[in-house]
Amino acid sequence: MSGAGRPPSLLEVDGISVRFGAVQALDGVSLEIARGEIAAIIGPNGAGKTTLLNVISGFYHPNEGAIRFAGADRTHLKPYEVATLGIARTFQNVALFKGMSVLDNIMTGRLLKMHGSFLLEALYWGPARRQELEHRGFVEQIIDFLEIQAIRKTPAGRLPYGLQKRVELARALAAEPTLLLLDEPMAGMNVEEKEDMCRFILGVNDEFGTTMALIEHDMSVVMDISGHVVALDYGRKIADGTPDQVRNDPAVIDAYLGVAHA
Amino acid sequence: MTRATTAGASVRPADSLDPAQDTFPKLVVDNATRLADKVAIREKHLGIWQAHSWSQYLAESRLIALGLAALGFARGDRTAVIGDNRPPLYWAMLATQALGGVPVPLYQDSIEKEMQFILDHAEARFAVVEDQEQVDKLLHVRAECPRLEYIVYEDPRGLRHYQEPFLLSLAELKERGAKFATDNPGWFEAEVAKGAGDDLAVICYTSGTTGQPKGAMLSHRNLIVTARNAIEREGLRESDEVVAYLPMAWVGDHMFSFSQSVVAGFGTNCPESAATVLSDLKEIGPTYFFAPPRIWENILTAVMIRVDDAWAPKRAMIRYFLDLARRTERARLAHRVPALADRLLYALGRVLVYGPLRDNLGMRRIRVAYTAGEAIGPELFEFYRSLGINVKQLYGMTESSALICIQKDGDVKLDTVGTPLPGVEVCITESGEVIVRSPGVFLGYYKNPEATQQTLEDGWIRTGDAGVLDRDGHLKIIDRARDVGRLSDGTLFAPKYLENKVKFSPFVKEAVCVGDGRPHVVALLNIDLAAVGNWAERRNIAYTSYADLAQKAEVYDLVRHEVNRVNRSLVEEGDLAGTQIRKFLLLHKELDADDQEMTRTRKVRRGFVAQKYAPLIEGLYSGVDHVNVEAQVTYEDGRVGMVRADIRIAEAEVAGAGAAR
Repeated sequence: MSGAGRPPSLLEVDGISVRFGAVQALDGVSLEIARGEIAAIIGPNGAGKTTLLNVISGFYHPNEGAIRFAGADRTHLKPYEVATLGIARTFQNVALFKGMSVLDNIMTGRLLKMHGSFLLEALYWGPARRQELEHRGFVEQIIDFLEIQAIRKTPAGRLPYGLQKRVELARALAAEPTLLLLDEPMAGMNVEEKEDMCRFILGVNDEFGTTMALIEHDMSVVMDISGHVVALDYGRKIADGTPDQVRNDPAVIDAYLGVAHA
Repeated sequence: MTRATTAGASVRPADSLDPAQDTFPKLVVDNATRLADKVAIREKHLGIWQAHSWSQYLAESRLIALGLAALGFARGDRTAVIGDNRPPLYWAMLATQALGGVPVPLYQDSIEKEMQFILDHAEARFAVVEDQEQVDKLLHVRAECPRLEYIVYEDPRGLRHYQEPFLLSLAELKERGAKFATDNPGWFEAEVAKGAGDDLAVICYTSGTTGQPKGAMLSHRNLIVTARNAIEREGLRESDEVVAYLPMAWVGDHMFSFSQSVVAGFGTNCPESAATVLSDLKEIGPTYFFAPPRIWENILTAVMIRVDDAWAPKRAMIRYFLDLARRTERARLAHRVPALADRLLYALGRVLVYGPLRDNLGMRRIRVAYTAGEAIGPELFEFYRSLGINVKQLYGMTESSALICIQKDGDVKLDTVGTPLPGVEVCITESGEVIVRSPGVFLGYYKNPEATQQTLEDGWIRTGDAGVLDRDGHLKIIDRARDVGRLSDGTLFAPKYLENKVKFSPFVKEAVCVGDGRPHVVALLNIDLAAVGNWAERRNIAYTSYADLAQKAEVYDLVRHEVNRVNRSLVEEGDLAGTQIRKFLLLHKELDADDQEMTRTRKVRRGFVAQKYAPLIEGLYSGVDHVNVEAQVTYEDGRVGMVRADIRIAEAEVAGAGAAR
């Protein structure tokens, strides 16, 4: 992976293994994600994709191996520590605060950036007010970017699924992440919603320079938006390279279509 | 010649113009001193309403003009303006006019082919557009538009990597303008002073129900005099507020949000996005508002859906007071005084229902509102008027600078479009066609003398509408002159009149009636997905798509009920009783401008639809109870797909005298 001309790696995952009891979810997986790229993680069901994401985001800790982010080892950090480092994520099953408005949901993404005393916040006075306005300004830019102005004040739970996914992306972006992990951002969407989401993912990458790692099943989407694909099967990495290399890799074809025994 | 004529009262030679204020740029220069700090235009951006005063309006337009001058803009050049209603796009229009050029606003949802035709036909050298979407479209058609030299965009998002040398942002353009100003002091002022009232102010391409779009040329004089006459008649003032949400390419928006705003000095408000119009309306609370019947209908449908979902006692209360309001409004329209009890109850209703409802719709402050473009259903019209909203009907067309007739305050009738504006003469020819002469009559179609000759005769415009003048001088439009036909037994058949009646049902979005030269009338209908979908949900009727929902037997029953109601109401209208709808079907797709079934202003292209759905129409006239159909669908990106469906045919009940036939 360290070909000439590649930008330096932002994330290095080095030989990690994760076991749940007798289940070997990940088995010595190594990969590198370069700064500014959109990497896709593909693989059949149960291949360990979400586990990999959970390890990177600090939700699970690997039994073996190491993770380096921006040059520093952070194998054993807790999720909130990972978040302060600049890693944000969205979930496979939408995890929004359903009763809260879209705006408030996105504001929660700014939580780690807010510093202030409980009293001042409650009074909405002085520095607390200034800070709130600043954060709101930032959030409004994201709302504008993702074209969700019309639902700003709608409770998240009342939105159709495709829009909830978009709001989740907005919340993750509110944290101004260096690395954004997207767990099946397009699952359950129709073609038009998928195209919108692709446009937004590419836009975010272009506009904010955010590095992204996403899990996706729709191969046409993967081929369209990512420059780097990692394929997993049964917890092992079976391919790593450009979309074309991975698509034509016999191991990947076998994993998806079953092995032909002549 | 025996012609019925009516003319609006005119207090002075209707087209006199002060040479110091005979163009829009001159008027804005005047506004910038006279109304310097008054808000001229607002835009909701990042959730906050950003206001620009008249002096800023001038300053921004000036910089854009100087920027264009720096790029080599010459007097007479055309600038294409494409995008949602945004202040910089209005400024770009004014900037173009200031340099003696002509803005050509285009419909922002046009597909590439349509844009290419207009850009090429108008020979636009410059284009000022909103965002990447429009830039991409222009880049695709640029090869076929050799005269297009520069593309300026407002929103830089996504455009950072575009390297084309002819592409620049509005910010860069203004920078060049500022530099140009230091090198050429007094340029802008000198250019503005060169303008005259009879110069071309804008070319508005009409979407046209047939053939290629035609570019109607309107002069500063046309627009300024028409705007001024309407402002005086309607009592508009600089404190008014209007919401600019209809396409900038449409002459109505040009009249209300640009011409009248500049002439009267009132504020124009640009919504955040097309999807937020209703909530932005609520925040602005306009005093002056325009909407085509389709929007009035959408708003009513949205309200009624919410009423249906309300708690039963609340629902009953709203229904009761809405009925009461309708009763009192009917009395008022008939110039009767409503019963005392009704008047007292109406006052109570104002507190309980009408006031809160108006507030919720963002219509509490409305002094003047118009509906036009299509005939409005009487019940729909009554509904808004009964809430105390001064909605009036307006009649006009691009070729007449948008305005011909408006109903006067206190002189509103359900079925007319009112009396001519000052300076406007309206006449009915022997064949029943409405013709118009006014200071707003256009200069002709750009590069299309043939079409000009067909429309313009001795200063009179042939509107192509069939109409009559009533005893009080009100104009009543019956239909498009060429659409009025006769059934095979000679009964007069006015399709639009029938369609409007059917469309007043909240469940029917669009209707096309067929009957010319046929034994009876049949109808192709589009259901309203929001209303019928909600209705189906409450009845636990599952459906997968628009096409699926439209073919449900329950939905057919629902719509049949609506058609029967129309047939019953036709019995009371004498002549039209013979044109009741015998059979109908529900189309599997919505009629759409992208498929050329409608114009961009959402008027049905009757001929095209009849041809495209010929097998369906034959099915309606034969004895079958279902028809197979294949229809072409054009997606927004221009791709074309096919949709197949099996469509049921249903019979409606024929009421009263018509049943005997």
